[in-house]
Amino acid sequence: MTSLILSTATRFLLPLFLLFSIFILFRGHNQPGGGFVGGLIAAAAFALHAIAYDVKRTRRLLGIDPRNLSALGLLVAMGSGMISLFLGEPFMTGQWLTLSFWPVGQLEIGTPLFFDVGVYLVVIGITLTIILSLAEE
Amino acid sequence: MKIQLILPLLIPLTTAILSLLAWNWSTGRRAISVAGAFLLLADAAWLLATVWDDGIQVMAMGNWPAPFGIVFVADLFSAMMVVIAGVMGFAVAIYSLVTMDRGRESFGYYALLHFLLLGVCGAFLTGDLFNLYVWFEVMLMASFVLLALGGERPQMEGAIKYVTLNLISSALFLAAVGLLYGVAGTLNMADLAQKLRAPDDANLVTTIAMLFLVAFGIKAGIFPLFFWLPASYHTPPVAVSAIFAALLTKVGVYALIRVFTLLFVQDIGYTHTVILILAGLTMVTGVLGAIAQNEFRRILAFHIISQIGYMIMGLGIFTQAALAGSIFYTLHHIIVKTNLFLVSGVAHFVHGTYDLKKLGGLYKNFPGLSFLFLIPALSLAGVPPLSGFFGKLTLAQAGIASEQYVIVATALAVGLLTLFSMTKIWLEAFWKAPPQLPTEACDAKALGSRAAYYLLLSPIILLALLTLIFGFAAEAILVVSLRAAEQLMNPAEYIRAVLGKTS
Repeated sequence: MTSLILSTATRFLLPLFLLFSIFILFRGHNQPGGGFVGGLIAAAAFALHAIAYDVKRTRRLLGIDPRNLSALGLLVAMGSGMISLFLGEPFMTGQWLTLSFWPVGQLEIGTPLFFDVGVYLVVIGITLTIILSLAEE
Repeated sequence: MKIQLILPLLIPLTTAILSLLAWNWSTGRRAISVAGAFLLLADAAWLLATVWDDGIQVMAMGNWPAPFGIVFVADLFSAMMVVIAGVMGFAVAIYSLVTMDRGRESFGYYALLHFLLLGVCGAFLTGDLFNLYVWFEVMLMASFVLLALGGERPQMEGAIKYVTLNLISSALFLAAVGLLYGVAGTLNMADLAQKLRAPDDANLVTTIAMLFLVAFGIKAGIFPLFFWLPASYHTPPVAVSAIFAALLTKVGVYALIRVFTLLFVQDIGYTHTVILILAGLTMVTGVLGAIAQNEFRRILAFHIISQIGYMIMGLGIFTQAALAGSIFYTLHHIIVKTNLFLVSGVAHFVHGTYDLKKLGGLYKNFPGLSFLFLIPALSLAGVPPLSGFFGKLTLAQAGIASEQYVIVATALAVGLLTLFSMTKIWLEAFWKAPPQLPTEACDAKALGSRAAYYLLLSPIILLALLTLIFGFAAEAILVVSLRAAEQLMNPAEYIRAVLGKTS
């Protein structure tokens, strides 16, 4: 199925969706949002691409097998919990790093963020594995 | 904080992730799987040694203290169960190298196997009731896929029954957890144990206890909730059957023993009598069901049910000696039953069937294998000096000491019937002359290479050795079981370890 309108619109929507999904991912830290919803939005972007073009092109655009993406996400999430183990604290204890950008302010980066990024990747990976294999049938 | 407490979760998870990443690299997958299973076993042994030396180990996830955060707790019972899960994971990982077909391997069999181990270890170690539910789900999801992987027709039929009944059980479990939270306002098991000592409404708590009994009873396969088990266990490849037989129902048994020693002990006269009656009925129906079967793995599946009866018999009698008997029996049963499934797989490997009518002549052609079958089979029936004898002896002694003569008589009679079933398998599959042999069977080609055959036998030999150790060093294992039972009977130590104050 090729529709000129859809494929042209997708070209603009895809980056917007992805940006929005990352916005939701970061916003989720202490407001509604998070890795799960963010991942779903990103997966929706790729699903739209698969509908507008075809699955082969979506896989090429993705550049990485969605299965590996979910494995990678699990690894990131697990790794974020393990950092505290190396510091002698229980699994998943939050660790924080404060970067200061004088005079703009400072940025606190913590392991919960990486956990959320892991969730984000797992959700994209699993959803796309399901959607793309169904679309290929 | 002891890192060995959390490693039983991290090792299978890492192994599963690496297996996913090595999706297209067959040798890598296999190496990762065996290495991961071995590391899990090694860490479990380390954990058991730590718990034995230093008492109950606790780790609060994210450093949120109990009862607010989720804690992982290893007492002796948990640690022993993790060790046995490690042994089974290792044995089945090796066994899968030979028996698992390429198709299933390339669709993530090894990753699923380790996700299953992750769920099982999580369920054994968690100290939070809702978290227990989550680990059950991790385990069940992996088992659903393992059961249906390959998509053969009988597999699908078994999977539908298995999935349906287990989903019902999960729903009941979740409902019971919700009710309990409404009553006590906490789901941390140690905190619950304190709050349920003097509940406002004892009848409501007993009702919730019965709901838990049904939910875990479905998973453990006790009477009359076991129908999913014989309907599904004989359908997947034998390595999957073996790991299911080893661990799935036993997680249900573990959960039953945990909640009915730690949480629901307000009305022992009622709850534990119900458990005892169910134990007796489970033993009898399981063993009678087995007699009617003529398929190798179906006989074994029905015997699982009958053996579950013994495991919860100790819980029903509810003395320290009886619980020690239950723990000993659970460990013995896991080893023996898995081994029997592995042997049935070799019979299938050689003859291409599980049907006892079509099998035959195994003793003539494979005397070594036959002895390897005899060890777990006789042990299952409780012939001294093998492990099953000491398990039954401990339970029977505990039963007589608490004057529960009916259940003791049932247990001994069921032991005889078990021997009958094992004799049937022996006569049909090993002793009788083989009925018209398939042309290619029993020759070198059917066996693949000699090396593959010995690799196939190695986990069976390992488990048979363990059975012998359990038989000849029963005293030592019983000492550990008795101490584990002591911890279960006196939850004060558990509560103190988790909540950090004397109750």
